[in-house]
Amino acid sequence: MEQTTAYSATSSGGGEFDRRRFMLAVAGLVAAFIGLYGGFVFLRDSEAPKIITAIFAIIWGVAGIGALFFVANYAVESLPPKWTTRIQPYIFVGPAVVLLAWYLAGPTLRTFVLSLYNETGTMFVGLDNYRDVFTQRIMIEAWSNNIYWLVLGTTTTVGLGLLIAILADRSNFERVAKSFIFLPMAISMVGAGVIWKFVFDINPNIGVVNAVVASSGNPPQDWLRLVQPANNIFLIMVMVWMQTGFAMVLISAAIKGIPEDLLEAARVDGATEFGVFVNIIIPGIAPTLLTVTTTVIIFTLKVFDIVMVMTGGQFGTEVIGVRFYRELFTTGNQGVGSAIAIILLLAVSPVMIYNLWQFSKRQTF
Amino acid sequence: MKITKRSATFLVNFVLGLIVFIWTIPALGLLISSFRDREDIKSSGWWTIFPHSAEVKVAELPIPTGETVDKPITIEGVTASFQEWKTGVKLADGSRLVWEGSIRVGKLVRYETKFTANLNFTLQNYQEVVGGQDLTIKTPNGGQTTVKGENMLESFLNSLTVTIPSTVIPILIAAYAAYGFSWMRFRGRRLLFIVIVAMLVVPLQIALKPILTDYVQIGLSGTFLGIWLAHTGFGLPLATYLLYNYISGLPKDILESAFIDGASHSTIFTRLVLPLSIPALASFAIFQFLWVWNDYLVALLFIGIGNRENQVLTMRIAELIGSRGQDWHLLTAGAFVSMIVPLIVFFALQRYFVTGLMAGSVKG
Repeated sequence: MEQTTAYSATSSGGGEFDRRRFMLAVAGLVAAFIGLYGGFVFLRDSEAPKIITAIFAIIWGVAGIGALFFVANYAVESLPPKWTTRIQPYIFVGPAVVLLAWYLAGPTLRTFVLSLYNETGTMFVGLDNYRDVFTQRIMIEAWSNNIYWLVLGTTTTVGLGLLIAILADRSNFERVAKSFIFLPMAISMVGAGVIWKFVFDINPNIGVVNAVVASSGNPPQDWLRLVQPANNIFLIMVMVWMQTGFAMVLISAAIKGIPEDLLEAARVDGATEFGVFVNIIIPGIAPTLLTVTTTVIIFTLKVFDIVMVMTGGQFGTEVIGVRFYRELFTTGNQGVGSAIAIILLLAVSPVMIYNLWQFSKRQTF
Repeated sequence: MKITKRSATFLVNFVLGLIVFIWTIPALGLLISSFRDREDIKSSGWWTIFPHSAEVKVAELPIPTGETVDKPITIEGVTASFQEWKTGVKLADGSRLVWEGSIRVGKLVRYETKFTANLNFTLQNYQEVVGGQDLTIKTPNGGQTTVKGENMLESFLNSLTVTIPSTVIPILIAAYAAYGFSWMRFRGRRLLFIVIVAMLVVPLQIALKPILTDYVQIGLSGTFLGIWLAHTGFGLPLATYLLYNYISGLPKDILESAFIDGASHSTIFTRLVLPLSIPALASFAIFQFLWVWNDYLVALLFIGIGNRENQVLTMRIAELIGSRGQDWHLLTAGAFVSMIVPLIVFFALQRYFVTGLMAGSVKG
């Protein structure tokens, strides 16, 4: 922040306080608020066809925010310059600060408080909820499954990402291969859930896996439900399918960042390809490998959609993310749910801080 | 053993090709199945659309009369017991003859092994899923049934209505904030900026319960405004951080000369800074767009399970899995309807897409 210089606006409409302009701006601000509220009521109560409400909503939402900024700036720039300089920064950063206070900073504290109370929020119970998070039977199942996700999912994703990045680098169809591997990143986890439920379907005419099993003469299996605890691995495969592309792209960029002459020099000196890989490529991409690993770890800790859509957390596939949802929003205990959220924050934040630190060193755009 | 360079490249291409092939199978199967008839999906695998050799029924013959179960039966010069005929007997010309039915009432079916492909495609699944109107479908035994359409078009519009403002609003707010933090001087600047960056580590799970409580109190739950603001709040730390990195790095002299010419902050912001920041805006926009489009958890909570009117695509499909999990003709088509927009974005804007997703790795 030090290297940037701040400026103050020296003029706005001649520098004099323009009373008429200011009144106009205030009237505009009031009109904008009334218009926005009217739009809100219209959207809430309207019986108009879907396409019309959709278009109206998009225009109302986007133009509304734009109009608020415009009118507020117009008002403040009609004030005497001294006041403009003083107030305008808060119009620029104010909305972001207010929204963040409401949506993230405040809730962090409120969730922490909730986590110290019982399921209805009426009685202070201290750290009992945290004890429950680590001792309830279902929670222990969830934690151990999350450890599966973390260990198996992360190593497979990063390992495959590394393998594919290296292969692609030396192949004749790098771009195409990378596109295909990266493609699953574009779709929703719900969509991926459908795709993989199809793969594992019990009917050998539908599920590829059971088709292979049946063609070798074995009875088809209900992989996602009855094959426990291996069904966790099948869910993890969905994540690997989706995230490997991400790992590959980052690792591939890092590999290309290793100077070519360094590799050439090593080869000229008689190093084998394997030696080059272990002694030059791996150390060169180590920071990237770590970033990828930490990102995938965060993903595994927060996994929700895949499990929710494919098994609903039943059949021994419960994970923390689903547990959190059930405790807070269905029939569970909001104290325990809040405690899970706080533990998630504590687990994720060191990893995120590392990622941010790495990210600030990397040129993104 | 010395591996020549050429065979090494071949090996690399082969292994990579194999991986790409395996990676593609799941989605390919779903895509193909979405164009197949509902009965075909259940009775034959999607891979049978590719040429393969299979037994095909070529003729039906009448059964010889007067035979009994306990004696061998001779048909077309081959003698076998009734049980053997029931399971099928190979004839001299390579075809297979199967006795279907009982000894008195039945038929002989002749199968031949041929190269064949199951190329029976239909758009009916998409009509049923998207159109939403009731469809009359011929059943295999000649009758007709009417099925209720799934009207996914409505959810598609809802997804757009949720996603577009949820992308534009945080960008606008974050761009203003990033400019403010980069080029304006005010009290508390440093502290506020640190607080915003610190919010990057907060997983959005933490905010869901308190925000939902607020929404129920002020009547925002289930509304589009509510979910836009939620996605805005959750996307803002990343957006502000990324745009700050970019906007604070813009060339100082351009902004300086604009100030000397008497331009106000809002003019400089809209006329100069926004146009110059398009690469950063685009990368974040694509990341946020896909994030919101593909989101399930936030929609589930802030739109609400019971709120069918405002349901987005991910909710709709999750509901389909629950209620019609075996109706693969609907699920396959529905899943692809939900993927079409991300796939277009992916293919059209691949470069921004990759930088956007790389930046997104720091979203909490």
